[in-house]
Amino acid sequence: MKIDRRSFLSLGVGAGAGIALSPLPWKLTDDSSIWTQMWPWTPVPRDGAVNYVNTASTICSGGCGLSVRKIDDRAVKVEGLKGYPGSNGNACIHCMAGIQMLYSPNAVKSPMKRTGKRGEGKWQPISWDEAISETAKKLGELRESGKASTLACILNSDYGTIPALFKQFLNAFGSPNFMRTPSYQDAYEMTLALMHQTDSMAVFDAENADFVLSFGSGIIDGWGSSVRMFKANSSWKEKNVKLVQIEPRLSNTAAKSDQWLPVNPGTELILALGIAHVIITESLYNKDFVEKYAEGFEDWTDNEGNKQKGFKNFVLEGYSPSYAARVTGIEANTIVKLAKDFAGASAPLALCGRGQGTTPGSIHEFMAVHALNALVGNINKKGGIWAMPKPDYIKWEQAKLDDTAREGLKVPRADGAGTEKFPHAKYLLTRLPEVINSAKESPIQALFVSGANPAYTLPDTKAVAKAFASIPFIVSFTSHMDETAEMADIILPNHGHFERYEDIPAPPGYNKPVVGLARPVISPQHNTRHVGDTLIAIAGKLGGTIAESFPWKSYEECLEKTMGENWTSIQESGVITNPDYEAPGWDTAFETSSKKFAFIPGNHNPGNNSLQIPVIEGNDNYRLTLIPYDSMRLAAGPVGNTPFVTKTVSEKVLKGNDICIEINPKTAEKYGLKQGQYAILTTPKGKAKVKTELSPGIMPDIIAMPRGLGHTGIDEYLAGKGININELIGPVEDPASGLDAAWGIKADLVKA
Amino acid sequence: MSTLDDKPKEVSDSGGFAILFFIVGLVASLVVGWVVFPKLLYSQKKQPFDFNHQLHNELVDDGCQSCHFFREDGSYAGVPKLEQCSGCHEEVQGETEDEAVFVNEYVANNREVPWLIYSRQPDCVFFSHAAHVKAGQMDCKTCHGDIGTSTTLKVYEENRITGYSRDIWGKNIAGFKKNTWDRMKMDDCSECHVKLGVNQTSVQTQKGACFVCHK
Ligand code: SF4
Repeated sequence: MKIDRRSFLSLGVGAGAGIALSPLPWKLTDDSSIWTQMWPWTPVPRDGAVNYVNTASTICSGGCGLSVRKIDDRAVKVEGLKGYPGSNGNACIHCMAGIQMLYSPNAVKSPMKRTGKRGEGKWQPISWDEAISETAKKLGELRESGKASTLACILNSDYGTIPALFKQFLNAFGSPNFMRTPSYQDAYEMTLALMHQTDSMAVFDAENADFVLSFGSGIIDGWGSSVRMFKANSSWKEKNVKLVQIEPRLSNTAAKSDQWLPVNPGTELILALGIAHVIITESLYNKDFVEKYAEGFEDWTDNEGNKQKGFKNFVLEGYSPSYAARVTGIEANTIVKLAKDFAGASAPLALCGRGQGTTPGSIHEFMAVHALNALVGNINKKGGIWAMPKPDYIKWEQAKLDDTAREGLKVPRADGAGTEKFPHAKYLLTRLPEVINSAKESPIQALFVSGANPAYTLPDTKAVAKAFASIPFIVSFTSHMDETAEMADIILPNHGHFERYEDIPAPPGYNKPVVGLARPVISPQHNTRHVGDTLIAIAGKLGGTIAESFPWKSYEECLEKTMGENWTSIQESGVITNPDYEAPGWDTAFETSSKKFAFIPGNHNPGNNSLQIPVIEGNDNYRLTLIPYDSMRLAAGPVGNTPFVTKTVSEKVLKGNDICIEINPKTAEKYGLKQGQYAILTTPKGKAKVKTELSPGIMPDIIAMPRGLGHTGIDEYLAGKGININELIGPVEDPASGLDAAWGIKADLVKA
Repeated sequence: MSTLDDKPKEVSDSGGFAILFFIVGLVASLVVGWVVFPKLLYSQKKQPFDFNHQLHNELVDDGCQSCHFFREDGSYAGVPKLEQCSGCHEEVQGETEDEAVFVNEYVANNREVPWLIYSRQPDCVFFSHAAHVKAGQMDCKTCHGDIGTSTTLKVYEENRITGYSRDIWGKNIAGFKKNTWDRMKMDDCSECHVKLGVNQTSVQTQKGACFVCHK
């Protein structure tokens, strides 16, 4: 007998039989199938008690009402809050995906101090005490050296208690430099200040309009309070309300409109005046309003005895439909028909502010569009544009001033707003980088940034970065590592958007007074602090009149006292509103000396000069014009896209990490470009590698690029995707207002 | 001249030997499959501390429902939250070590107890307690056994591959069961569903069969 190969085979067969007769293979098969169907690393929603917390959103200025579903203490789903003014039960993708932002592994987890060079990304976590002491020390030194006025604050809003706290701080400190990030609201507010002489907000009774003439406003691309505008647009479809969209690119709004009029970009002002021309010549204007409640329509003689040209003759002499057709590229008979349809509607509404309205635009364009509303008498009327007073529920005692503060407040604003050159402007943040860069020593020595991301959103990012580099001390209050935070010296992280209280007043464009309440849905996940509490703490550390100007122990106490008797009701219902609000009638609406609407405001008469369309940057060596465009799928404001939302971005916009540039097939052919090709885009501001996207929806010789891409910060899911259009475009100063009137930039595109 | 036939024939001699090897292989692998494998497959885990169901059952008015109740929205609360216990257990009661652990480590720090749940099913299974207990009038024991009279918590055996408790497959590695509560596999659910002719459709998908439990 000998042990041979056969024996081993027998052993193997025996073992095989034994295994088959044991539960091992069957059990292993079962277990591995469970394992493969339930990868242990796949996140699974937690099981627990369901509860809902109602809140208002701080993610964007839309300020929609939200209902957050929680499982135990974890927020799991965001829905619109029923009954909330405007958004009423709806929310857009950004808030719905906002949970990802809340639990983002990239949230700033504690106060941080920069250790490496600016922008190098080297940080050291520090304690709150240290962070606040260091900030207060730096600010104290500024005051001691007589430079109180060199502290600036940049925020994304100037309504509500948070901006009010920053203003209070600046006042007590001694600086006039509170700055709001630019938007079409600047231009609208100025338009109302000039033509109504009121300090008010432009709001729209959109739901009741029966003819909407949009000069490039992205009604369903994020303009105004986005969710409300989506709903208004749906209601127009149901009621057969006509929407005419005027813009050079077939945006989503244009695609869903009843008539799309591709206009030569930047010439919308001339189109508005051409329409006015038809309305006046055909005598289609509202005589009651124009004759009884308006001034400056007919020619007049001013106090000094000089003859002044009125709006009527100004338009009739300069802006015939045929002239407008030549400039705008829209046929004269189309303009005539459009004017007749507009004036013939019972509640026609004209609105402007391109795309999402992140660039203010030419003040004359806003005034011309507003004059159209005036001609048809649809100001402060059902379905029209209303001038609504700004929220005024904050009634604090004024900041206490010491000598340093009094001196500091006398210094003119660094951005030139409110100065002799730009008397009507409140904030001119887009001017600031240039002011700093051309100064020997930066007029801003310390900067606070809260709720804004100027290093990303301001045009000409390079100039902004250069300007920030010469500001010695920058404090960011962000809860995410955005581009501005990357340039900061200290980060004092605010609680996340569902971790804090905040009043949310005045959703843009909404025509009823609203103050919503954002409230903590979950407890703070990290070592963060409410920005209000941080500011109170810094004021306390600075002591003296500054500390005295903050008589609250905490932000919550401040908010409660501010709301006064409304505190209980706002906590219960999440909002204070007045659905019955109506705009004042024409006899009391205007604050001009004649109490009339001013077609041509006294100090703003263009006289015999024709109005200029803002000239964009670049010379004739550039063969094309680049315009930015907005999309609901790309957050272009201070808050960036969450990963879920970026997943919804089309490959025609972002392919891998490459940004796609829309170009008309004819233009592409002319310049030898093909679909999906790499190309080099050049503008006077910079260069970028892009991909071509042939689209008949863009006018020839114009190319379009989306806003909201090209982040370097926020998180690794967004950083490095595409190009930030602000790297390629700079601001264009509107000579009449100082606001940024850039609607594009000259550009060239060649095969890479 | 030799032929093949001349070679010594040893083949038949090794026949018995081959059988022996076969048997050795068979027995060894049977031992591996039935004894060693189950030991290797499951790791033994202890609960954070011990719990006496019987003791608590005597103190409450409403049986199992006192602690394992339905929430207002009809969903089932499952294992009690700390909040439910801390009412009585704010201070250490009695002298057991487990009680001290509970109060000092969890109640005092307001930390939920990370109980290991014997009956946790894979996440692809949708199971409604309300449908079974309220609509189907089943008692807890049918699936969970006599846990209410136990005085101590058994060791939690965790399947190293799936991460679920051994109680789902059942203690018997062959999958045999004596009692309805010995196993909680899909076959055990369907056995009852078939027997009782359950033909409800899923509320969510409006479909029957697999879709009642797998959405
Ligand atoms: S519009 Fe703004 S506030 Fe409203 S749901 Fe979208 S992101 Fe949120």
